[in-house]
Formats: sequence, C-alpha cells, structure tokens
Amino acid sequence: MKYLRLIPSDTNFNFLKFKKIAFVFSSLIILGSLFSLLFNSLNYGIDFKGGILLELRSNNVALFNIDDLRNKVSSLNAGETSIQKFGKETDFLVRIQKQDGDEKQQIKVIENLKKLTKDNYSIRRSEFVGPVVGEELKIAGLLAVSLAMLSIMFYIWFRFEWQFSIAAIIALTHDVFSTVGLFSLLQLEFNLATIAAILTTAGYSINDTVVIFDRVRENLRRYKSKDHYFIYNKSINETLSRTVMTSVTTLIALFIIFFFGGAVLSDFSLAMIWGVFIGTFSSIFVAVSLLTFFKIHKGEKIKDESIVPEYERD
Amino acid sequence: MKKISKIKLLLVFIIVVIGFVYALPNFISKLSNSDAPNFLPGKTINLGLDLKGGSYLLLKADMDVVFIEKLENLMSDLRVSFRKNKIAYNNLKIFDNRIVFKKRNLDADKVIRELVLKTNKNLLITKENNLFQIEFSKAEKDKIVKSTMAQAIEIVRRRIDETGTNEPSIQQQGVDRIIVQLPGLKDPGRIKKLLGKTAKLTFQLAHPSIVSEELQAGDNPPPGYALLMDDKISDRFYMINKKVMVSGEMLQDASTSFDRNNSPSVSFQLSPLGGKKFGRVTGKNIGREFAIVLDGKVVSAPTIQSQIFSNGQITGNFTLEETNDLALVLRSGALPVPMTILEERSVGPGLGSDSISSGKMASILGIVAVMIFMFISYGSFGIFANIALFCNIIFIVALLSLFQATLTLPGIAGVVLTMGMAVDANVLIFERIKEEFKSGRKIFDAIESGFERAVSTIIDANLTTLFAAIALFSFGSGPVKGFSVTLMIGILTSMFTAIIITKYLVLFYVKKKDIKKIFY
Repeated sequence: MKYLRLIPSDTNFNFLKFKKIAFVFSSLIILGSLFSLLFNSLNYGIDFKGGILLELRSNNVALFNIDDLRNKVSSLNAGETSIQKFGKETDFLVRIQKQDGDEKQQIKVIENLKKLTKDNYSIRRSEFVGPVVGEELKIAGLLAVSLAMLSIMFYIWFRFEWQFSIAAIIALTHDVFSTVGLFSLLQLEFNLATIAAILTTAGYSINDTVVIFDRVRENLRRYKSKDHYFIYNKSINETLSRTVMTSVTTLIALFIIFFFGGAVLSDFSLAMIWGVFIGTFSSIFVAVSLLTFFKIHKGEKIKDESIVPEYERD
Repeated sequence: MKKISKIKLLLVFIIVVIGFVYALPNFISKLSNSDAPNFLPGKTINLGLDLKGGSYLLLKADMDVVFIEKLENLMSDLRVSFRKNKIAYNNLKIFDNRIVFKKRNLDADKVIRELVLKTNKNLLITKENNLFQIEFSKAEKDKIVKSTMAQAIEIVRRRIDETGTNEPSIQQQGVDRIIVQLPGLKDPGRIKKLLGKTAKLTFQLAHPSIVSEELQAGDNPPPGYALLMDDKISDRFYMINKKVMVSGEMLQDASTSFDRNNSPSVSFQLSPLGGKKFGRVTGKNIGREFAIVLDGKVVSAPTIQSQIFSNGQITGNFTLEETNDLALVLRSGALPVPMTILEERSVGPGLGSDSISSGKMASILGIVAVMIFMFISYGSFGIFANIALFCNIIFIVALLSLFQATLTLPGIAGVVLTMGMAVDANVLIFERIKEEFKSGRKIFDAIESGFERAVSTIIDANLTTLFAAIALFSFGSGPVKGFSVTLMIGILTSMFTAIIITKYLVLFYVKKKDIKKIFY
C-alpha cells in the first residue's frame, strides 16, 4: 500500500534564503494591521462595548422583510442600530448601541423591541452588556493575552536559551497582532470568542515553534562542525513533514467547524484558520529567521554517542 | 528491545475501562436512563446555557444606597443625642458617604466623640479645625456588605423559586455582585422585573388637609411630610407623612385576589404584631387617607372606612400579572438593597438545540475526516493513532462528566480542535520513527527511540499550549471558560492517549507481525 505523502522525505529547501522576502512580507502584514487598527479600529462586539444584541428568526419566510424589521427597530429611537442576516435567510442579528442612562434604560429597549417583534419573530437569543462589565471584560481580555504570552516566554526561556525565547515571543506577537489586524480589516466582530480564538492560535503557533526549536537545539549539538545557517535549514526541513501534517489535520477540523458549526462559531473558526496559516508561517520564517541574528552557542556535545546514528558520528 | 511491562499494560487497560464507564451515561439516551444499570455513574456532561437554553444575569447591589440609609438613621440619632446634651453644631449633612458637621461649642470634642461612639462604636471620627467627619470603619463596612449580600441572595433565591424555575443557580461574585443562572427559561423578562424591584412596602398616612389633586411636582412639603409620586400616573402626587406606620416586614402572606369591582388586587395578611399596630392606626384615623407605598411610590391611598386588623387588600390599576408579581415579591420579602442588571445573556431553546445539533455534526465530521486522513497517511500506524484518538474523546467526555465541567458551544469547538491537535503527538512520533528508521536503525530501535525523542518535544509543545488555556480559564466567563476547560482536558488526555496507548498498540503490532519495514 502506498501512503499519502504531502511532503517528500529528505527535503532540502533553503528556507532561510527567503528570509528577506519573508521579513518584508511580515512587515507589510504588521504595518497593514497597524494602519487598519488606526483608521478602522476594531468592530467591538457588545461584550466589550456594551449594548444590546438580539437574534431573531422570522416565523414566516414568505412574510419576512428586512425593511419592516428595520422600521420597527428604528421606531425605538435607540440611537445607532444595525441589522444583519445571520446564518439562515430567516435569521437576523439586531444590534443596538448602549443607551444613555443606567442599566434600566437598556432593559427597557430590549423589552420594547420584544413587544414590537413578538408577532412575526421569535427571539432566539438576547444579550445585554452594561458599560461597566464591558470595560472590565476588555481589561480582563488584555490581561489574559499578556499573561499567556508572558508565561510562554518564561517557559521557553527556562527550557531553551534566552535567544529562543525572544525569537518565539516576537513570532507570537506577530501572529496575535496580525489576527487582530485581520479582524480590523474585515471588520469582523471582536468579542470574547475572538479572544479565545486568538489565545488558541497563540497556543498553536507556539506549539509549532517549539517543535522546530527543539530540533534546532538537538541539531546544534549534533552537527558541531556545521554552521548555524545549515543547522537551521536542516531543522526546518526535518520537521517540515510534521509541520504540514499537523497543519492539515488542524485545518480539516477548523474548516469543518467553519462550515458545519453554525453561524455562532464561524468568525471564531475563521480567526483560528488564519491563525494556523500565520502561525505555521511565522514559526519558520519569523522565529527561526530571527535566530540567525543571534550568536547561539552550540552547547555541550552530546555525551551519549549511541543516540547519534553511526554515520553521523565525528 | 525491552519487554512490555504487564503491570503497566494492565494499568493502562484499567484506566481506559474507567474512562469508558464514566463516559457511557452520556451515550445512553435520557429515555432509557431509568433502565440504565445501577453500576454506571449517573453524571452526564453539564451543558452550558448556550446549549440548553436559558438566562444568565449578572446583578449588582447598589451598596451606596444602604450606606446612605444607615448614615441617615445615624444622623437622626445624633441629632437627638446632641440636642439632649446641648451640643451646638452647624451644617449637619451627609456628604460623600460620611456625616459631616461643624461644632460650635469651643471645647466639646471629647463629649462629641463619646456621643458619636455611643450611637455606634464602629465609627471613624476625624476632625479638622471645627469640622467633624464620621464614617463607618472598614471592618464595619465589610460587615454591612457581607450581611446585606447574604440577605439579598436569600431574597433573590426566594423570588426565583416562587416562579417555579428549574434548577436555578444563584451565586455571589466578587464583593457586591450576584450571578443568576436560569436554565431552560424562555423569557427572562418576568424574572428581571421581579428582581428589579426592592419591594419595600410601607403604610403611611396622607396629609389630613392637602388634597392630592392640587399637588404638582416641586411642591414644598410641610415639615414631616414628603411629596410622593403615584406608582402609575406620573403627574399625580400625594403629600404623605414620613412616619411609617406599618411596614412590609410585618407581612405574613400575600396573594392575588379580586376586589368588589372584580378587578385584580392583592390580599395580604399581617403578623399578629403588625395586625395590632394596623388596628390601632386605622382605628384612630377613620376618614383619613392611608397610603400604600411601594418603593417610594404610592400604589393607592384609600380612605380608612373602619378599623382594620390583620387582613387587608391592596387595590390599584393592576393587571392580573401585576398582582401576581406584586404578591410574589411581597411574600418573598423586600430586597435589602436595590439591584441593577449589569449583564444579561439569554438563549432560547430553539437556538440551543440548533447549536447542539450543529456541534454534534461538526464533531463527528471533524473526527471522521481527521481519522481518514491519518489512515491514508500512515496506514496501520494511522489506525493506532485513530484508536488513541477515539480513547481521547472518551476520556474528554468522561472527565467533563466527572468534574461536572460545563460544555459550551465554543467548548465543542475546543473538542474538535483538540482532535486536530491531538494527532500532532502521533504525527511527531511517527515522523521521528521514520527518520530513525531511515538513518539505519533496526525497526524496534527506531520505534523505541522515535517515541523517546518525540516525547520531550511533545511535552514542551503541549505545555506551552496549556499556558494559553490556563490564561483563558482565569479570565474567561461563561462560554469562553467552557472552551478553555475542554482545551485543557484535551491537552492532558491527548498526551496520555497519543503517547502511551499508541505506543503499546504499535509495539504489539510490530512484534506480532514481525514487521521489517514501515511506512513504505
């Protein structure tokens, strides 16, 4: 039986040759994200901004009319509102900005809208986040992302050399920042689930980086006579098959969530799909490429000769 | 080649069996649950509100109101005691959660201090020139908050229980917040209304001569009186005596009834003590208006026709629903502090079951697709990885049931994602074995060292992901927390299944079949 091989064995690509192109590409992504964040900002969901969200389903497909719904919502005089189809033809998301005044005002608007739409629509979901909570969640989200990145950085510092830690954290920041940038560019709703997606992406990306770094560390000790450039390239090539395999299985899972997981999960999985691509890219072209800027000691020669294949022994 | 340890093998087998036993109740449908054998653990996965439908409410107690109320009482006590002891003062008022005043006597500091502490010994007194500031000590404030919150949670629970909601969960969060979770609730509107009222009920006499029809907003009340608004009609006012004759705490029971005109009203029964008081007041004041005041607004102000003791009726322009709710909140008692709703998330049962079915669909498709991919990439080794993956799912389900962790929709996504990532460990191992084999090792040695060397990488890689999941857990609320829980469990179980279970399967296979070549 012949098995599927996505990557031929014994690849010998010169990845680091593309180092410059990759840096230009990364810089463009980062700059693009930055610009988008400056000019577009983020499309904060009610989790962070406060406000009201209702998911409505029209009871009668033939009768449904987005203008009718729009009229009803605007008759509330509740300030900035948006209506958007959500998943199915009959489903709508109604977003209403946070109301002036206290929490009671918000609840009043929800109740009024419910009354208006009672006859033709069923309410599938209603959410309301007060301004206080929104602000708290924003801070908590920022804290969680920073905390995760810091703990990852310390772990890598502890397990590898400090140079690895710096390269990994830059690659990770690159991934996180570009994912946020993507959300800004496409104006996808940025909410609690997005934070979850970003952190998972971060976890995936660092996972990928660590696997390659592990191999770099091993090869640094193994090939004493070779230069760093050769070792880095070899490490990437040796792990390439695994990198691609894992990306593919994860992407299979993610695409299935994207297509079959329902509308609630679609942005969430989209962020992670992007994360897998950018995470795989950055492990090779950002993290390893950055290592070339450092002088890394090759460490102790491997004492246990037996684990080095005979033909490789000096 | 080392021998496979029998004891270790048995241990792994036992763990797998336990996993299956704990996961099993989730796969037996609810209908046949009663017929399920008794030896099975009864716990199934706890579904989050986003899956089973229901409401999540975050309430905040407005503690400032309580403090100000307490300070006001204290202030009137002080007034009396200062007058008695001939202490002269200026500008006695409440400002920024403390009582402030200026003394006028030259040397009364000691006496003032004594008098203040006599009213309540847990007060902090600061003095600057002649300006006194009095506030509750930190410990006293904490004590007030603690007891108020305990009482508030009790009242919230009673009100919700009265509505007949199934399995509500009411917990305190932080200092002054309460999380209410109401699974299966279709419309949280009524609960919100019920919790939005403090339901402080008082009976107070109206002014004997001021006619309420002539009153307007902003009219100045005579001393001892207050201008109160009508509960329903916003431009109708009453001049009400500040003195509370009978209060809601003396209520024993309240229920919906109908008045003479057959419109809905609330009948109440007072405690014996309350009844005595009520009888005395009504006996003395026949012909005067007796106002029923709810949360500072006048529900109605009927004229006292005759002496009334413990049984009475509150009439007003009520709908039946309103009287039901009013009776309910009166029965369950007044909230000691007003509550505001900071956050609400309600999912209807339709969306919940849709989410479950799309979640199931995505999980099954995801698992099958990943399994097929593993098989076509690694053949029989792929099958072993798939068996490990299957065990992994069983373990995740078992652990979720055992810890009664909540499974949310993002949590399901977490499981599917774990499937994709769990095979990573096996991919790492298999790729390593391939390399080792290619570099000239014998098959057994290649497998042995392939596992050995891949494990340190796997641990490093998984631990870093675990950090991200822990960060998510510590920050997360609701659905996001559910996601991090499944991710954490998935990472831990996948390390066990992908490394240990696969290893035994591979070794058995290679031994039995006397395989010489792999993957080609």
